[in-house]
Amino acid sequence: MTSLDVGTAEAVEGVNAAVAMDDVMQKIAEHKGCGTSGGSGKASCGSGAGQGDLPTEIWEKVKNHPCYSEEAHHHYARMHVAVAPACNIQCNYCNRKYDCANESRPGVVSEKLTPEQAAKKVLAVASTIPQMTVLGIAGPGDPLANPEKTFKTFDLISRTAPDIKLCLSTNGLALPDHVDTIAGYNVDHVTITINMIDPEIGAKIYPWVFWKHKRYTGVEAAKLLTDRQLQGLEMLTERGILCKVNSVMIPGINDKHLVEVNKAVKSRGAFLHNIMPLISAPEHGTVFGLNGQRGPSAQELKALQDSCEGEMNMMRHCRQCRADAVGLLGEDRSAEFTTEKIMAMEVDYDLESRKAYQEKVEEERVAKVAAKQEELATLAGAASDIKLLIAVATKGSGLINEHFGHAKEFQVYELSTSGAKFVGHRRVDLYCQGGYGDEDSLETVIRAINDCHAVFVAKIGGCPKNDLIKAGIEPVDQFAHEFIEKSAIAWFKAYLDKVNSGEIEHQERGDAEIRQGALINAA
Amino acid sequence: MTLKIIASQCTSCSACEPECPNVAITEKNGTFVIDPKKCTECIGHFDAPQCAAVCPVDNTCVIDNAYPRYQAPA
Repeated sequence: MTSLDVGTAEAVEGVNAAVAMDDVMQKIAEHKGCGTSGGSGKASCGSGAGQGDLPTEIWEKVKNHPCYSEEAHHHYARMHVAVAPACNIQCNYCNRKYDCANESRPGVVSEKLTPEQAAKKVLAVASTIPQMTVLGIAGPGDPLANPEKTFKTFDLISRTAPDIKLCLSTNGLALPDHVDTIAGYNVDHVTITINMIDPEIGAKIYPWVFWKHKRYTGVEAAKLLTDRQLQGLEMLTERGILCKVNSVMIPGINDKHLVEVNKAVKSRGAFLHNIMPLISAPEHGTVFGLNGQRGPSAQELKALQDSCEGEMNMMRHCRQCRADAVGLLGEDRSAEFTTEKIMAMEVDYDLESRKAYQEKVEEERVAKVAAKQEELATLAGAASDIKLLIAVATKGSGLINEHFGHAKEFQVYELSTSGAKFVGHRRVDLYCQGGYGDEDSLETVIRAINDCHAVFVAKIGGCPKNDLIKAGIEPVDQFAHEFIEKSAIAWFKAYLDKVNSGEIEHQERGDAEIRQGALINAA
Repeated sequence: MTLKIIASQCTSCSACEPECPNVAITEKNGTFVIDPKKCTECIGHFDAPQCAAVCPVDNTCVIDNAYPRYQAPA
């Protein structure tokens, strides 16, 4: 890769890299928790809805970043531009030949863009979606295997849309070579995918890496990769750049090992750890898809996330989105912004109206937090060991504002006497699909939220209501268009009252399925 | 002989293009092609052809038997 490192890289090297570094690092080191209030151990990042005990500098960096703050992801949108098609490693869960517009997973795009097209697209999206605050480069290959295209894109966007946060996601192999350039562009969020720190395990995940003009295989390849990843992570955190570590949970290969990975990345200053389920289906044509390697169940995933949570902030709201995704994390509006459409668009980038819109969003957030705190206060003094999950149909803004049949996913909250904590989401097929196959779709939904005691919706029809009750999941529609957490706490309080009075008996729920198939976009 | 890229298997990811020491690879009609006049199979540059080493799809950058093997200048 060294032959590519010239040009833009050297031009910006070192600029601003050292600004108040020690101060920021000290703040990161001191900060405990991630804006959470209550809950056992360390809650998922930002799930406490506000700044909490986060230092102001860190809060400023994450508060509008949907991928770094669970709370922000209800309100703010991101986009990825697919300017980086080349990759320098091969992973057994990736097949670069696969390209389908209905598929939502990393490494997949419908069309690649030049840096100039990408810059135009960012302006077009930012003008249409004022809550779009973050631009990421995540592939479809590796951004740092395409350094000229990646940094050219950052350069163009930082000139035309200076309010947009820049971030990138990398496998880390080339990272140590580019850390100073990354710092020079004020990219202050970098995600590294680290699936192992033991090369023996790595050899089962990575068939090869390409480094310094040579293809390495087996344990040698994995050793090279892990050394470079950890070195890159240390270099970034030394410079005060926030690092998120993504890990793919592969049952039987690295599931238990990820606890060790968690410790290793935490000790090197990673801010957030995102353990994601393996996406693996034969039709993807990946090595794991073809050899029958399964992904984890919802319970297995949550157990691993919970066991790492005492160590550091865990991300549980990742949607494993495409390298050209646009919109809130739970939605994908990329089809509205194809190259053909954006090139025809007249773009008026109005920084002021974007600011005004985002101020509105902040008011909404403050109201939501206040409502939750108020409700939480009424729970004070209640003593119970009961912990249960609920599913919520939402279109965003932290509200219960989606019809059961229209939900493409459900957000899952864990309720206990310490409050409501976001613990994940479940993708589901559209239940309403034009009047056919409804029975099967409902079964799919029930399998996806089978570990939940209740499902909160804005509206639900009579038939699915009865089927849910039969499956032991209570449909709750009396909190339509109200705040999720406030409503969940109110419902939980009533649930505890009923258990205490003997009206109902609390029962544990079973496991749930993590959906693997293609995301079908709503018409 | 030179290498060639099997167009039907090329993902057009562009990884090979900058690796070629002879600047023999360019994009044409959505996939990448190797100029047989420029390709030296990386002899004299690297131990193995770079396009094949970095290509994400096995057996896509392959020896083209339509041409004689490259002879390094004496």
